[in-house]
Amino acid sequence: MTLLDRPTDLAEVQTLDQRGHERDEIIAIRGATRVFGHGPERVVALDRIDLTVRRGEMVSLLGASGCGKSTLLNILAGLDRPATGTANVLGRVALMFQESALFPWLTVRGNIETALRLRGVARKDRRPQAMSLLESVRLEDFGERRPHELSGGMRQRAALARALAQNAEVLLMDEPFGALDAITREVLHAELERQWIDHDLTVVFVTHDVREAVRLGDRVVLLSSRPGRVEADFSVTLPRPRRIDDAAVNELVNHITAELHREVRRHAND
Amino acid sequence: MTDLRDTPPSLDRDALDAEIAGLDALGFPATGHVSFLRRSWNSSWPKLAALGFAIGGWYLVVWSGWQKKFVLPWPHTVWSRLWQDVANGKIPDAFAITMHRAVVGYAIACALGLVIGVSFSRWRVLRVALGSFITGLQTMPSIAWFPLAILLFQKSEGAITFVVVLGATPSIANGVINGSDQVPPLLLRAGNVLGARGLQLYRTVTMPASLPSILGGLKQGWAFAWRSLMAGELLVIVPRVFSVGARLQNARDLSDVPDLQANMIVILAIGIFVDALFFGSAQRFIRRRWGLVDPAA
Repeated sequence: MTLLDRPTDLAEVQTLDQRGHERDEIIAIRGATRVFGHGPERVVALDRIDLTVRRGEMVSLLGASGCGKSTLLNILAGLDRPATGTANVLGRVALMFQESALFPWLTVRGNIETALRLRGVARKDRRPQAMSLLESVRLEDFGERRPHELSGGMRQRAALARALAQNAEVLLMDEPFGALDAITREVLHAELERQWIDHDLTVVFVTHDVREAVRLGDRVVLLSSRPGRVEADFSVTLPRPRRIDDAAVNELVNHITAELHREVRRHAND
Repeated sequence: MTDLRDTPPSLDRDALDAEIAGLDALGFPATGHVSFLRRSWNSSWPKLAALGFAIGGWYLVVWSGWQKKFVLPWPHTVWSRLWQDVANGKIPDAFAITMHRAVVGYAIACALGLVIGVSFSRWRVLRVALGSFITGLQTMPSIAWFPLAILLFQKSEGAITFVVVLGATPSIANGVINGSDQVPPLLLRAGNVLGARGLQLYRTVTMPASLPSILGGLKQGWAFAWRSLMAGELLVIVPRVFSVGARLQNARDLSDVPDLQANMIVILAIGIFVDALFFGSAQRFIRRRWGLVDPAA
């Protein structure tokens, strides 16, 4: 059973509580399996995944390509459902992609107003709300521009503003900074952190970059590939603000990278 | 190393704002501005040159004496006949009759084509059942419809409209169908995540995303409508209605070559101007807005 795009439902919370879940869990995946294809082409994208995320957490999902990260996000976003097991999200969900996925025929402001319209915001309130969202990502001077007129980093900030326009409590991000240059990426890490604090977001951040995962996450969840399983769950207690080149970050990065290499080598015997 | 650490920590809000502003200034693509006169000149001189070459070639062929002058007259003979018939109102009247037919037929074809296109892209069953039939219709030469059209509607306006509509509708419908096929899946996912479903998703994402292709279909539909109309006006001569096509056929019957060629020039000019005026500028506008052109070009 999924609970998506709906505000927290008290009845559901109580049911969850009777099942013995912690009350402040906002994402609860239990034994979720998803298989694509049949016969010899069969790929087990997710194999009995268990994952819980508490309200307000920033969780990095880390894994080599083909480990079902995107499948997992699709399930959380309600675009797909697990064949077996459950995936519950108690809150409105927004999803960001590696590409901004802004609508090219609309201005940046038009994109944000579309999100507001689809959320049911009254016509007269859309413009002021869009402007204040643009301000919050420092794009107030670029609202009348079209997406293709902006740099990659600006587009991702516009996409972030559009996600915030959904008034989501859970922000799912599918390698959102993967196509950006290193400096822009670092600045956007800080920007994401700011929005995360300012909007009380719960963030699930998919990446294949260990350093980025450690830089951002309260937890780094390592997924294995084929079948996709939760291999390890590191909690990152380093204080914020972190820098991507901190010695402590480095140490944890090396540790997790070693783990990742072991995981990749395991597939040599497949 | 310690020096580097002295830079402000990354969640210093003012420092972050400054860094973002700096990156935006660096990353914002510069757009060059070209003056209107310059742009008009850049796009018109190749066309004028081509026209000059074509008329020069015509003079050369006539001058070579390949055909008798009354079969292939000088360009200036045709030109003065054209002006004469424009001035005495014969060509403007014919133009009005022909354009009226074109507009009526094309308008019906647009309405039908859009309805068929949208239904086919919304309901897969229709698509599977009739999709290839539509493409087949598109390849059918419109002149092949005339015998049936004449049986159904006799030699009347109805016969001409019937064929114009049949000629243009499949192209327009196909433009809509192909457009909805080519919507980037990422944009559909984005629309889905924003909460758009069904008809709302179609209106919010599919329709605007396929507008360039729809416009392509409309443009092709116009070309087919215009060809069908000319074929129709040559074949279906409604008594006492002097359309451009009827005048062309009449000039041939009388072996009045300057008149014949003057009418051909009118037909060619209408085709070119409608395409350039409506479809050319609309396509440029949409391609720019949709970000399909390189801003530096």
